[in-house]
Amino acid sequence: MEQRGWGLPRLLGLLALLAVQVPRSSASSYMGLWPLPLSVEMSPRLLRLSPENFHIGHDSSSTAGPSCTILQEAFRRYYDYIFGFYKWHRGPAKSHAAPELEQLLVSVVLDSQCNAFPNVSSDESYSLLVKGPVAILKANRVWGVLRGLETFSQLIYQDSYGTFTINESNIVDSPRFPHRGILIDTARHYLPVKTILKTLDAMAFNKFNVLHWHIVDDQSFPYQSITFPQLSNKGSYSLSHVYTPNDVRIVIEYARLRGIRVIPEFDTPGHAQSWGKGQKDLLTPCYHGHTQSGTFGPINPILNTTYSFLSKFFNEISTVFPDHFIHLGGDEVEFQCWESNPDIQKFMQQKGFGTDFKKLEVFYIQKLFNIISTVNKGSIVWQEVFDNNVKLQPGVVVQVWKYGDYAKEQSRVTAEGFPVLLSAPWYLDYISYGQDWVKYYNVEPLDFDGTSKQKTLVIGGEACLWGEYVDATNLTPRLWPRASAVGERLWSRQDVRSSQDAYKRLTVHRCRMVRRGVAAEPLFTGYCNHEDRV
Amino acid sequence: MAGSALWFFLLLAAALAGRATALWPWPQYIQTSDLRYPIFPHNFQFQYHVSSAAQPGCSVLDEAFQRYRDLLFGSDFWHRPDPAEKQHTLEINSLVIHVATPGCDQLPSLESAENYTLTINDEQNFLFSETVWGALRGLETFSQLVWRSPEGTFFINKTEIEDFPRFPHRGLLLDTSRHYLPLSSILNTLDVMAYSKFNVFHWHMVDDPSFPYESFTFPELTRKGSYNPATHIYTAQDVKEVIEYARLRGIRVLVEFDTPGHTQSWGPGAPGLLTPCYSGSQPSGTFGPVNPILNSTYEFMSTFFLEVSSVFPDFYLHLGGDEVDFSCWKSNPDIQDFMKKKGFGNDFKKLESFYIQTLLDIVSAYGKGYVVWQEVFDNKVKVRPDTIIQVWREEAPVSYMKELELVTNASFRALLSAPWYLNHITYGPDWEKVYMVEPLAFDGTPEQKALVIGGEACMWGEYVDSTNLVPRLWPRAGAVAERLWSSKLVTNLDFASKRLADFRCELLRRGIQAQPLNVGYCEQEFEET
Repeated sequence: MEQRGWGLPRLLGLLALLAVQVPRSSASSYMGLWPLPLSVEMSPRLLRLSPENFHIGHDSSSTAGPSCTILQEAFRRYYDYIFGFYKWHRGPAKSHAAPELEQLLVSVVLDSQCNAFPNVSSDESYSLLVKGPVAILKANRVWGVLRGLETFSQLIYQDSYGTFTINESNIVDSPRFPHRGILIDTARHYLPVKTILKTLDAMAFNKFNVLHWHIVDDQSFPYQSITFPQLSNKGSYSLSHVYTPNDVRIVIEYARLRGIRVIPEFDTPGHAQSWGKGQKDLLTPCYHGHTQSGTFGPINPILNTTYSFLSKFFNEISTVFPDHFIHLGGDEVEFQCWESNPDIQKFMQQKGFGTDFKKLEVFYIQKLFNIISTVNKGSIVWQEVFDNNVKLQPGVVVQVWKYGDYAKEQSRVTAEGFPVLLSAPWYLDYISYGQDWVKYYNVEPLDFDGTSKQKTLVIGGEACLWGEYVDATNLTPRLWPRASAVGERLWSRQDVRSSQDAYKRLTVHRCRMVRRGVAAEPLFTGYCNHEDRV
Repeated sequence: MAGSALWFFLLLAAALAGRATALWPWPQYIQTSDLRYPIFPHNFQFQYHVSSAAQPGCSVLDEAFQRYRDLLFGSDFWHRPDPAEKQHTLEINSLVIHVATPGCDQLPSLESAENYTLTINDEQNFLFSETVWGALRGLETFSQLVWRSPEGTFFINKTEIEDFPRFPHRGLLLDTSRHYLPLSSILNTLDVMAYSKFNVFHWHMVDDPSFPYESFTFPELTRKGSYNPATHIYTAQDVKEVIEYARLRGIRVLVEFDTPGHTQSWGPGAPGLLTPCYSGSQPSGTFGPVNPILNSTYEFMSTFFLEVSSVFPDFYLHLGGDEVDFSCWKSNPDIQDFMKKKGFGNDFKKLESFYIQTLLDIVSAYGKGYVVWQEVFDNKVKVRPDTIIQVWREEAPVSYMKELELVTNASFRALLSAPWYLNHITYGPDWEKVYMVEPLAFDGTPEQKALVIGGEACMWGEYVDSTNLVPRLWPRAGAVAERLWSSKLVTNLDFASKRLADFRCELLRRGIQAQPLNVGYCEQEFEET
């Protein structure tokens, strides 16, 4: 505002100064990139964009066109992210020396996969060439385009006159790990669909590509099953605390449009108290001496009815959730209830399991694996399933979550040839005072003993926000920007490690999230220019 | 033990009350029964008793009636219920308010009486209070007693409450310097403070990182010292609005201008105010605390605090005085000379005392009282006997309980904050630790204990701004609110857990983004907008 009074000579002088300071001014936009791309070349040459003229469109060489919903929606979204939330200053355009960037043309090279769902081998690579008057974003598939649009939007900033500005740049980028997930827990607390969608938005800003939906647990069963409606009728917190089939569809499509997979977790045989309310005889009745105590334990593994139920249930799940993987849980099975139950004791004898209840757990999980194979899905399990020597089929993904010695666990699992997901150091529900994001950032997922072949089995990791103390009131500021640290660790090169440099970029990125309506909490003392949006 | 007998009585009352368990903070005396009366929104009203000192036109209560009507029933239009619905012969169609002393246009003060009695029975529905401030507390309690059946009918149970606060100063500190907080965040905080019967908003207005207070005598302070002089400031109008909004809720605004340390942001807009630090014999270009050796410093402070004294009507000002770093003073040759001249030797605490004493004289001359952080006491600054010392250090130099003992032993009044730094977060239900603090658990005579006028929950702003303030503050600050309001005997954690969880759901219902205490749900969850 005050600048309006400045004379033209001074203005030009200042511009010249800016031009001289190019390494610095380019650093200012470079600073905003999160996660840092594989390779960034940035020229001192500035281009300006005008909201009235600028256009994102399909290049004529692209295999995708206006019928590609993913891209059409993304173009509109990113135009808004770039221009929508700023005040459009009609700056001193005429006196602005920089040439204009008029278009971003998007070119998909191979079959676009416009109507597909992303999967673990989806190609997310892209290259971005920003040069006046037309920038080119090239990717093999739409998934790379989505990542590239995010990067492009991060390159643009408003200079002190309010002019939208971008440096000529050349970026080549692809992720380090193919599975970059966020776990949300909708059982300890129900999360409204709006909160989930907002999380998906923020995930896209951070190039996460998997929503691990820990949808049910002991406390509640919000998933509305078509085959077994009683599960949520009886097992949800209330009839308004449920996800209807339509809610689930909305989440999956919203995620797809952002290149995000939705992997549901139906954790059994433990963590299943809420299943019992709507499905009689599914859980093991616990005994107190010779009589039933009235409480229930894990799923009852000795009944045929259990497996016919699971068969039908997972058959439904396999059609509702398009992703190839289903997370089967398998963590923290408590044996006391099984131990107390005379029928189970008898069964153990019959099977020759002795008193090793791990064998009973293995028995259950094996049968569950068979069910999942029958419906042509892949399985992810928590590490206990591996630890308890369940014979896993090749390709079952093991998620490492126990904090103690997680590197050793990674060694063991990969030595057996199983793919690994790392979560142990990234339990974001554990909060502490100060800048704990640095701790998450400093984790190196491949820092364990193993051959290079073993290392390739680490397909990525997940930041977990368990829900004991989290619901819609505090999810967003607790998750962001702390999860962003994990986002960069999983996307960027191994040698991108400087937490000082990360701090600068993450501060800018955090303010950008705030500007886009995500209430990401501050890293430290300071301010953003658009904080009143949330 | 008499205490536990009373406790059982409280618990029994709670068990009988059904929905009355949602009360937070718990009243001093309550008796409720299963007998319930329906309330029909279409004809319910708050009424002034004919002989009440406050009558229609009383801004504080007129507005409170409107607020509580909305909180209770929403702003919907309520239809006359079916005659069939009205099987109950006795319905509550009004709450009659009787205030004993006038004072609708005044400001609350440390001495304001907040006691009230609330009677809901067959004969009357009556709220009696000494002052309008007590009526506000009683209205809040009334609003927490009303519940709604699954069919949608509002009820209130037969109830008798006699209530008053244990401590007169129940504060909450917000820090608008580390991060700017939009006005809406502050007003929203005042709302929830009223819901939990806090009565002091301690506004830690400025500090090292930024100076958002727009001074009309020294406009350069904000122009050069705020994060953004166009957007990240509090104008005179903003400040007025906060003070009036707080007043209408019975909340005092205690503003803090912390000196001589924590003042980096004052420097750019007030050249010469801060001490230039030296590196060897050369100024290093950095600055330290306020420069205590210049007359111009005290002229500046005189003018500045004259403004502050008139802008902020509360009798008390908070003058800070914490964490003064001596290294810069030590490095400065002019200060060294001054120390010699004054015979301070190498004791920079004496220099600090010199500054603070001069400042306190200035502020006293404006007819204000003051609150200071404990260092002022620890460093043996000579202060007026009516100074209030705020205890904030948990362990050093002594434990906070010991500090309370020392402060009150020296006959000063004390405010406790040390165990209530809510910006410090840990995993899990950390409100319990906050809740179990007993502010008077130190060695001292009854006279000493009487000098503890209350405490404050502090939400420092290093890691807090409008994105996370509300869930970080609520319902955790509620634990402090009850500790400062309710009887010393109300310490049962199970009883508190249930009520606090209910209170938190009530906050959600009122649109406040209060975070969960543990697993579970509320009928009405928070929805993003």
